[in-house]
Amino acid sequence: MEKSRKGPIIFSTIKPFAGLKESLKIGRSEVLDQVRNSNIRGRGGAGFPTGVKWNLTATATDNKKYVICNADEGEPGTFKDRVLLGEYAKLVFEGMVICAFAVGADEGILYLRGEYISFLPELDKTLNQMRKDNLLGENILSKKGFNFDIKIRLGVGAYVCGEETSLIESLEGHRGEPRNKPPFPTNTGFNGHPTVINNVETFAAIAHVVLKGATWFKSFGTDKSSGSKLISVSGDCRKPGVYEIPFGTTLKKVLKMVDAKDTKAVQVGGASGTCVSKKDFKRMIAFEDLSTGGSIIIFNQKRNLLDVAENFLNFFAEESCGQCTPCREGIPVLIEKLKKIKNIKATKGDIEDIFSLAETMQLASKCGLGQTASDALISILNSFKKEYTLAKS
Amino acid sequence: MAKEPFTKPTSRAPVSQRSQTVGKINKKAIGGRVTAVIDEIEVKVPMGTTILEAAKKVGIKIPTLCHHDDLCLAGVCRICLVEVEGQRTLQASCSYPIIHNVRVKTYSARVRRARKNILHLLLRNHYGECYSCEKNNNCELQDLAEEYGVTEYKFGHIKERRYQPDLSSTSLTKDNDKCINCKRCIRTCIDLQEVGVYESVNRGPKTKISTYLDKPYSDVICINCGQCVNRCPTGALKEKNDVSDVWRAIDDPTKHVVIQTAPAPRAAIGEEFGLAPGTTVTKKLNTAIRRVGFDRVFDTNSSADLTIMEEGTELLLRLKKYLKDQDKDVKLPQFTSCSPGWIKYIENFYPDKLDYLSTCKSPQQMFGALIKTYYAQKANIKPKDIVSVSLMPCVAKKYEAQRPEMRDSGFQDVDYVLTTRELASMVKECGLDLPNLPDSDFDKPLAIGSGAGLIFGATGGVMEAALRTAYELVTGQEAPFKKLRVTPVRGMKGIRSAEIPIKKATKDWKFLEGATLKVMVAHGTANAKKVMEMLETGQLNDYHFVEIMACPGGCLGGGGQPIPTTEAIRKQRAKAIYSEDEQLTIRKSHQNPVVQTLYKEFLTDGPCGHKSHQILHTHYSPGSRWIGKKPKVKAKKK
Repeated sequence: MEKSRKGPIIFSTIKPFAGLKESLKIGRSEVLDQVRNSNIRGRGGAGFPTGVKWNLTATATDNKKYVICNADEGEPGTFKDRVLLGEYAKLVFEGMVICAFAVGADEGILYLRGEYISFLPELDKTLNQMRKDNLLGENILSKKGFNFDIKIRLGVGAYVCGEETSLIESLEGHRGEPRNKPPFPTNTGFNGHPTVINNVETFAAIAHVVLKGATWFKSFGTDKSSGSKLISVSGDCRKPGVYEIPFGTTLKKVLKMVDAKDTKAVQVGGASGTCVSKKDFKRMIAFEDLSTGGSIIIFNQKRNLLDVAENFLNFFAEESCGQCTPCREGIPVLIEKLKKIKNIKATKGDIEDIFSLAETMQLASKCGLGQTASDALISILNSFKKEYTLAKS
Repeated sequence: MAKEPFTKPTSRAPVSQRSQTVGKINKKAIGGRVTAVIDEIEVKVPMGTTILEAAKKVGIKIPTLCHHDDLCLAGVCRICLVEVEGQRTLQASCSYPIIHNVRVKTYSARVRRARKNILHLLLRNHYGECYSCEKNNNCELQDLAEEYGVTEYKFGHIKERRYQPDLSSTSLTKDNDKCINCKRCIRTCIDLQEVGVYESVNRGPKTKISTYLDKPYSDVICINCGQCVNRCPTGALKEKNDVSDVWRAIDDPTKHVVIQTAPAPRAAIGEEFGLAPGTTVTKKLNTAIRRVGFDRVFDTNSSADLTIMEEGTELLLRLKKYLKDQDKDVKLPQFTSCSPGWIKYIENFYPDKLDYLSTCKSPQQMFGALIKTYYAQKANIKPKDIVSVSLMPCVAKKYEAQRPEMRDSGFQDVDYVLTTRELASMVKECGLDLPNLPDSDFDKPLAIGSGAGLIFGATGGVMEAALRTAYELVTGQEAPFKKLRVTPVRGMKGIRSAEIPIKKATKDWKFLEGATLKVMVAHGTANAKKVMEMLETGQLNDYHFVEIMACPGGCLGGGGQPIPTTEAIRKQRAKAIYSEDEQLTIRKSHQNPVVQTLYKEFLTDGPCGHKSHQILHTHYSPGSRWIGKKPKVKAKKK
């Protein structure tokens, strides 16, 4: 089944480790330039410009730097990283080695989601083969002084550890809680050293960028979102699965591609994303419009969206690290109010409270989890007014 | 003379938070200064200063809950949010370092809305009512509720308990139902004290502050220092309250209730009555205590002086054995043993180092033993009719009083320990206006304490007192410091050391001639840990005497002292203690007539003699026998 997938960038054919060889040939500043000029942005969901991240780490002064691959894929409805880790592991590792070369790191860590432990033997095998082939270890591909190795560390199932700073906390052996930012990991990361943390998919795209050039990469996607995106489509459709689409693809096109019928709503971006109604299906997947780490969940007319919202909120209540007040204490209030809505007991005042509290959570929470926990509920309340009625107060 | 010994940092606080501590980051910055415009007021600050600090500089108050001046940053309560221009979300001002010029609004509509909501969220699960809480009127959450005009519970208010309070400790209590998860206690315990009793457990709304495996205090490594109590913004952490037991004793006409008062509470209790930190009220307090109903009020300083005689003699005997008799089994340096928090710390964490401790009891326990022996004889009262109370700045003293070793009088030597806060509440209950009471003196026969005993209340005080006496014993001359101020051991630096060359030793101490006495002082168990690591790596081989106090600042920063506490407040209290010392005529322990009488009348075989060994010295228990078991405390006699 290997390489049976088709797509413009990541699923296109490439000679293994050709990108790395090219990188060593053109030198680190050229690699940094290529990555920056490609405008590639982080594929985990937040969309931070990868080139900026790499440059910040490259220019940080420290004799120890790390490259970390965030493989803690935990967003409900995302399963694209498991395809990459299962079928394109070499490409991911190659991206990490190129990154290490560019920023001057000598240690890499793949933070693997605990539930993906079944990938571990195969990944270890790949790493060992790379060591044998001098693609890891000392003086990689005879490049003097370029030493880099990758180890794999397992998470233990906390959703919040997909957030980069809590991932670092977890790696350091602490409770997985997001840190205060600034300082950012590019400056003060793992063990206090400058650290690049990128998503699996970001690393998987790097070899293509270096080998085929920034201009080629930018020929896909939109102005603000270059390249392509892997999406994991699930829910009420006939062809769920992982697809690679260029940024700018509309939801309508995606729905057609996966043969979805009678669609009522699409949840873009997983539990922390937004719920899109039919009138907005012309909107496109892109950082500037519907941003997603990959999760696309389709609901048909039979689904109750208030149940969907409650399901997501319960998920966040379970996964909130409990550190900051808005997230820890806010989510249960939202659940309470949502239950009132479902029982047709909510008043206008309750709806106002929800919106006010959601604003606070978005503005005041320490990390992305709390900032986005209310998004699904709010988008459902806004776009699907027919789904609920208020109590006559 | 003083120098800072170098050790590797031992802090276990997360890296991200350590590097952000204001002051530390300044050194890293390239001397840069940045401009912050906060609420249209411009302020220039060193790069890395937090918005909160910058705002403080120009008199702008930003509300805080999880932030504490003594602790590393947390940024978890989110009440200190501000709007930073260019940032999508609101930023926690306590943990936002200014690294380039910023414009900040501290009370925009968005900020006010968010703060109110956060406050309501905190109140939602904050169980109980304010008027039935010990922290009523001294609660940071309550203050904020008032400031932000909370008149109703927007998001509801919990009606049922969710957790059982932990009442297992002799010293402190924990009520998770009042906890707001600010994590000050965690940071106090792991970063300031390096004990590490607490951690957050569970996730989301179930998150709570817990001990190891959620065991009760009595079964974990808690050293009872109570520093967490001092920093808890709400009523979640409190001392074990003994006030009602003491009232019962006072109200019982068959009981003779005596109290000893330690120096640190006297320099701090005024704060409970609205006086500025650093106002000493010793003599007014004597009056208040009598009016409350105590039969006698004694001065713990007199037994502090006794401690110096015993501990100083013990040190000189160790030195003699080591230097003159060439007994290499003698353990040096000798460590002080006045601080029960420190004792528990070393018992728990360094059980193989107990031989380094002085065998002297703390002044409280020496006093307790004397009250039910010497004083009982002298006053002709049966020891069983005496209720011995002590006023201490400390919650660990509550634990110490109940240790099974502390019954050398044949009874529990000290029956009840009151903290500064507890006594203040008793005084208030009597309607007494402490600041305006007349002065009165201590009661005989234990009425006199020297300045040396007094300065026990500050870090370095025991060392200074010991040096004043030991130097004079050995050389016949006063310690060579202007106005007897042994400045190298004073101050708030975590670890301090001093070297004192001994010149012209008298006949008995000729073996010390030309020697240099090397001493070290540390306060806060995080610093104690550094010292112990130095001991283990041989860096203390040429040291002779080490003073360690479990609490930052020494007793004056103890876990039973008025809340709040900060370094600035502790410095004020220290200043008060040192200035009171200089006003006294007797400033050396061996010149205290009470002590001299004691050795003449009661402890007739002298310091470290047989009798004093019987009642003034003790022993320690490796690994603390109480871990994993409930302390066996005998039921009090009715």
